[in-house]
Parts: sequence; C-alpha cells; structure tokens
Amino acid sequence: MNEEETVTKRASLLLVAIVLVFLALSVASFYYGIKAYSGGNMDYGSLLLLIGFSGLAVSTYMLLQTRRKMPGIIFKPYQIATTMLCQKCGFKNIREFERGDYIFKEVEECPKCKEKMTIASIYRETEEKEKD
Amino acid sequence: MLPQVSQGLFGGDSIIGWILQIVWLLFFVVFMFYGTRIQMYVMLREVQSSLLRLKLLRDEGRKMAISTIKETGKPPSDPTEQIDRFLEYVTFTPESMDPAGIVWKLEHILDVRELRFKDEVRLIAPQADESQTRNLEFTLEAALTLNMIYKVTRHYYELGKKTLSLYTIMQIQMILPLIMKMAKAYASALRAFTYGQPIGDGAGALVAAKLMNKRRKTKIAKDMVMAKVPIEGRTAYVLKAEGPGANLGKPGDAVNRIIEENEGKISTIIAIDAAQKLEGEKPGEIAEGVGVAIGGPGIEQFKVEETVLKYKIPVNAVIIKEDIGDAVSPIRKEIFDAADTAIERIKRLLLERTKKGDSVIIAGIGNTIGIGQ
Repeated sequence: MNEEETVTKRASLLLVAIVLVFLALSVASFYYGIKAYSGGNMDYGSLLLLIGFSGLAVSTYMLLQTRRKMPGIIFKPYQIATTMLCQKCGFKNIREFERGDYIFKEVEECPKCKEKMTIASIYRETEEKEKD
Repeated sequence: MLPQVSQGLFGGDSIIGWILQIVWLLFFVVFMFYGTRIQMYVMLREVQSSLLRLKLLRDEGRKMAISTIKETGKPPSDPTEQIDRFLEYVTFTPESMDPAGIVWKLEHILDVRELRFKDEVRLIAPQADESQTRNLEFTLEAALTLNMIYKVTRHYYELGKKTLSLYTIMQIQMILPLIMKMAKAYASALRAFTYGQPIGDGAGALVAAKLMNKRRKTKIAKDMVMAKVPIEGRTAYVLKAEGPGANLGKPGDAVNRIIEENEGKISTIIAIDAAQKLEGEKPGEIAEGVGVAIGGPGIEQFKVEETVLKYKIPVNAVIIKEDIGDAVSPIRKEIFDAADTAIERIKRLLLERTKKGDSVIIAGIGNTIGIGQ
C-alpha cells in the first residue's frame, strides 16, 4: 500500500443541475451589476455585484465539491528485491521477489562456480518521498 | 468611487446597508445557535469519507485473503463463507478484578485462540504446508483487524449521527489520522503475509538468524530454535522463532529453559527487538538499554522477568526503531541494513559487559516471516 489512487466521486444529476442554474443566475447578476454600476446606479449595481460575486463563489465551490477527487485505496505492491549470493565466489544476483523466497534459502547454482547460492537479503526499495 | 462602493457594501443609510446589516445579524444569530451543529456536520462528513476508505481497505483485504486461500490452500469448496465467519471472531481477555495470575490466564486464552485459528486455516486450506498455513493465519488475522477497525469506526460514526453528540463525533474525528495510518499498515501487512515476505517487525529475528546461520539448530521451546554460537570468546545461546513461516514463537519459554539448563549461570541476556520510533527519528536507528525487550501482550516479557529476577541476571536490550507502518509491511532497506549494525552493538556489549568464557543469551524477537535460520 504505497500509493493512493484517485477516483471521481459521482454527484447526483439533480444537484449538478441546480448548481449550474445557480451559477448561471450569479453570472447574470454579475453582468447586470456591472451594467448598472457603469450606468450610474451605484446602489443597485453594488447589490447585484455583491449577489453575483457571492453566488459565483458558492456555486463554484459546490461544483468543485461535487467533482472532488475522493481518494480511494488500492493495493499496489511494493518493489521487493531478492539478493542471491554465492558464499564461495561472492557472485551476486539481484532479482524481483518471488513467492517462496526467504532469507537463507538455497536457490539455484552460481553461474561462475556452480556452487549453490543462498538468498542473502530481501527488502523493499524505499521511494524518495517515503524516506523520513 | 471606492468610498461609495464601501459605503454601499458595508453600511450607511442606504437600503443595501440595511440589508447587509440584517444579513450580518442573521449570520451572527445562526452561528450562535447552530455553530456547533454546523461544526458537527463538517466532522461527520470527514469521518464519513474516511469510513469509505476503510471499507475499501476491508473489502480489498477480504478479497485478497479469499484469493490467497483458494490459490495456496486448494479448498474442496468455496471458502468465502468460512472466511466471512472467521473475520468476525472475537477474543475476550480475562477478568482483571483480581489480577493475581492473570498472565497465565491470558496466555491460555491466546494459546486457545492460536490453536483455533490454525485449525480453521487447516480446514479452509487443506493443501497448504506448515509454512503456508502460518502465513495464511496471519493473512486472515490482518484481514480480521481491518474488519474490526472499519466496524469500530462505523460504530462511532453511526452513534454520533444518531445521538448528534458533539463529543462522540469529536472523539473519533480526532483520532482519525491514527486510525487511517494503522489501517494502511495492516493493509500492506496483508500483502506481505500473502507472499511470505519478511516484515519490519522481524528485524530482531533477522539479527538472530544472521548470527546462527550455518550452525546446528535445536528446537528449544514451542516454535523456537536455538543455536550455540561462539562470539568474542563467549558462548552465546542465540534464539529466534522458527521460520520462514509467519511465527512469533514463545521466546519467554526458550530463555527460561536455557537459564534453567545452565542453573542460572548466564552472564547477560541481550534481547533484540523492533521498537516504535518517535516522529523525527529515522527508521533503522538503533538504541541500547536495559530491560526485557519483548513486545506483544507482555506474557513472554513477564516470564523472562520472573526468571532473571530469581537468578539476578542482567538484561540488556538492543532496539531497532521503526514505525507501525514499517513494522507490518515488507522490511525496508534501512531496517534490513540495521541488522548488521545491531550485531556490532551486540559484540561491543559482550566485550564491555561480560568476560571470556561466559555464557550469554541473545534473543532475536519478532515475526520471522520470510526469514530462515
């Protein structure tokens, strides 16, 4: 478990539709606010701008919430390295961990001196972000 | 223009000013009466999202346990029902109103539990060999723990929702990061147990395995092996749980037997175990100390303490630091490399604390999964 994968959470269509309508109304309010403001109607313009701005903020937030990435968790295997060592000539071979491997298990013959090699180490490679 | 806007927005005698003042007042009233409730809903939402993740972990764990058992155990029929029943097992600890003798009662209960688990696994997975049976036992144990974590968290969430009690919800919300950390650790433990990979908790066993490698081993207690190893002119009785299957053994019984066989003539005991690191410390750091470094429910530690007190034997500890996540997930390189440093520390301890010709006990504590001897 060394990584989190993201899956998108599904929101109900009705909710998304309501938020979109709210967003459209906010944009309209914002537009009319600017129009009123530039037309000299300061009070009315400010009110519409305020409503438009708040509406935009709220609806954007809600839209982001509905599309929010919900971290799901998957079982992603670690990279486990098995090191085989020849006790006689010191030949080393590193490969990926295989089921049945264990430390000090006798494995295949050494390609150099034909002596049986043993598993000297099994460990997981630590990712940079994992290091403390 | 700016003063006009600010006056329009934040006060003044205009209609907007009035509206805004009413809005502010409403906000104030709402937050005064419903602030706690709003906070509670925010917390509940947070717990709910974590609960969803815990459920994913639990379900994945269950699936993994089922597929591993099908793969290695070759059961004659579908084991899903039996596994689901297994995931609901509960253990009752002994009553502690009269604590005298509670250690032995607890040991008995844990022995019965272990036996029951083993029998169940043998029934579900008849084709698995001894080592695989042990690994499957621990796989199911990890899946069971994930199930328990999920169910307890769900209990507090539902209780909080039902009672709308801020304190019930707060309790679970505050410890949520720790719960999630633990759940993730057990989820990675599942894979390690499934494949039989060495885990961080086995650091102590790894040290003992390195010391006893290529020596003649004898079985000294239940699931425990021992080898007589000459180190720096001393005779060291090196012991560990029998690997490579997942195994903790009974180090307390093994140490006591060696002490009794030597009539108490043991110069020192050195226990090596993985220990919880503090935040900020590096995994694989080594610390020395005194005392019986045997983790777990405390039974084995108690047994050794009783005997060393009888013979007044000094007890030393060498600990390899790691966090809970590292302890149950595949051993990381830093911890693996720390085993050699621990051996150097043991040799130094022997030179400083004992004389030539002395007999010592070196106990490698921890789960020996993926570690032979």
